Amino acid sequence: MNPREVLPGLVLLAVIAVLPLVASNVVLNFLLSSLIVALAAQGWNLLGGYAGQLSFGHAAFFGTGAYATAVLQIRYGVNAWVGLAVGIALGAAVGWVIGALSFRARLRGSYFALVTLAFAEVLRILANAADFTGGASGLLIRLSPGVENLQFASRAAFLWLLASAVAAVLLLTAWIAHHRFGAHLVAVRENEDAARALGVDVLRTKLRAIALSGGVTAAAGCLYAQNFLYLDANIAYGTWISIEVLIACVLGGTGTVLGPVVGALALHGVGELAKLALGRVAGPVPGVDLVVFGALLILAVAFLPRGMMAGLQRLTRGLAR
Amino acid sequence: MPLELIAEAVANGLLAGAAYALVALGLTLVYGVLHIVNFAHGALLSVAMFAAWGLHAAFGLDPYTAILPLAVAFFGFGYALQRWVIGPASHGDDGNTLLVTLGLSIVIENALLALFRSDTRTLGGDAGFDVVEIGPMLLSRPRLIGFGVALVTAALLWALLALTDTGRAIRAVAKEKLGAQLCGIDPRHVYAVTFGLGCACLAVAACLLLPTFYVNPRVGNAFVLVAFTIVVLGGMGSIPGALVGGLFVGLVESLGGLLLGESLGQLGIFLIFILVLLLRPTGLFGARA
Repeated sequence: MNPREVLPGLVLLAVIAVLPLVASNVVLNFLLSSLIVALAAQGWNLLGGYAGQLSFGHAAFFGTGAYATAVLQIRYGVNAWVGLAVGIALGAAVGWVIGALSFRARLRGSYFALVTLAFAEVLRILANAADFTGGASGLLIRLSPGVENLQFASRAAFLWLLASAVAAVLLLTAWIAHHRFGAHLVAVRENEDAARALGVDVLRTKLRAIALSGGVTAAAGCLYAQNFLYLDANIAYGTWISIEVLIACVLGGTGTVLGPVVGALALHGVGELAKLALGRVAGPVPGVDLVVFGALLILAVAFLPRGMMAGLQRLTRGLAR
Repeated sequence: MPLELIAEAVANGLLAGAAYALVALGLTLVYGVLHIVNFAHGALLSVAMFAAWGLHAAFGLDPYTAILPLAVAFFGFGYALQRWVIGPASHGDDGNTLLVTLGLSIVIENALLALFRSDTRTLGGDAGFDVVEIGPMLLSRPRLIGFGVALVTAALLWALLALTDTGRAIRAVAKEKLGAQLCGIDPRHVYAVTFGLGCACLAVAACLLLPTFYVNPRVGNAFVLVAFTIVVLGGMGSIPGALVGGLFVGLVESLGGLLLGESLGQLGIFLIFILVLLLRPTGLFGARA
């Protein structure tokens, strides 16, 4: 593992972890929601970035994690930490099933994007209709702060938990990137036929990638549920999360270790600024931050094809010269 | 169940299917030539519906009168969008085009939301309740007109592709881009023309839908996944496929709603979609594997 690759990320997270000592609640809320998206985006990056399979439906995993944690606690009185573990496992399982169905049918590119979107929508409609998910009125997790319940009275403690989760996935991603599995992922992304010719089991590599990706994104969903203590189908399985994780990765740099984290923070930062700036002028206007998200996606594809990380590297190299 | 009820559901399904087919026609045309799924299609339909609604609200222009000018305007809009935004931004990479059209759809949908809020608007008046009696059935007049215009539009599109030089150029680029380029065809121009034609189809669809439908910033979404389903069902890029697929999906939705209730109808569309993608991704009329 190259320390230069993970060090900036760990430093960034350490800075975020110290911030609660000085920053206001507004800043902490911003960091909490950004890091949840960052964690989910790290999951997307493993499949979309390293393995090159663009998913438009990562809400399927996020929602599964969130609902697993919430339903287990509310309906069965299961401990939240166990709920987190089950949520991650279920997310990975849903990933594996979607992958097994669509990769076996040789779907890629536009087709894979469409089918993941459809799976997420099916889950959303089902969660909205079923009884045990609380239907359209959603689920409320009982407030009972305590480490054993994965709830914290202070935002700072939750932020530390989130930052450590993001750091753990950062290390995992960096480890994968420098090992055989990572090389297989990149080989599949760059040229499936060539990878197969060299003896890479393409289907198995993709399945592992989507299961891993689903597990990480499901973890983000679990932590979302524990942080906000409320869920409904449009939050958990909504298209917003599918879109935000995708944009965060593209903006930060797909297939890079740090890209999703940097991208998520930048995306949310710009979104909040846009809301603030326009809010001053015209009062609250719905959808402004999303207009900015969409515009950033187009601009990133057009002008930063390898993401902010590559852009930053070019910049620092230019300055060093 | 009385036979007239079923007959009416079949007729209504076919009429609704014609509007779906028109939306799907634009999508399939763009896919057939550019080989990308245009994710902004639904958002562009919302724009077209707002435009048709705005023309009626501001100038009292009847939606049927607005078809021609709006189609021409949307052709230009689509041409510009592909030529100067989508094309240059995606550097000729299919994955990028997918992302750029996704970005466009997010921008358009939320800009409409910011401008018009989430209120639902209709044309007002009672045009939507105007019915025609055919045998034992009562059919909505705007939907009958829509059915006719949709068929005419599909025929015109087919004639354009089959008989004109522009159509020949479009088909050439769709089949063999490099070869077409060597014959002096500018693929960027052809891509933009195709995208413009797709948008013109949307403008026609919007004018036909407006009398019986509502307008809000997310209205296009209701159609876009249905349109994707139709395109996948009919075979990506196939015009007869889009027509038959559209009518079929309209029929399934109408009969499904009659037999199973409305809420499950939505699920049925997605399930058809996933099943077709998994089992027969080339669709019923698709040629390429």
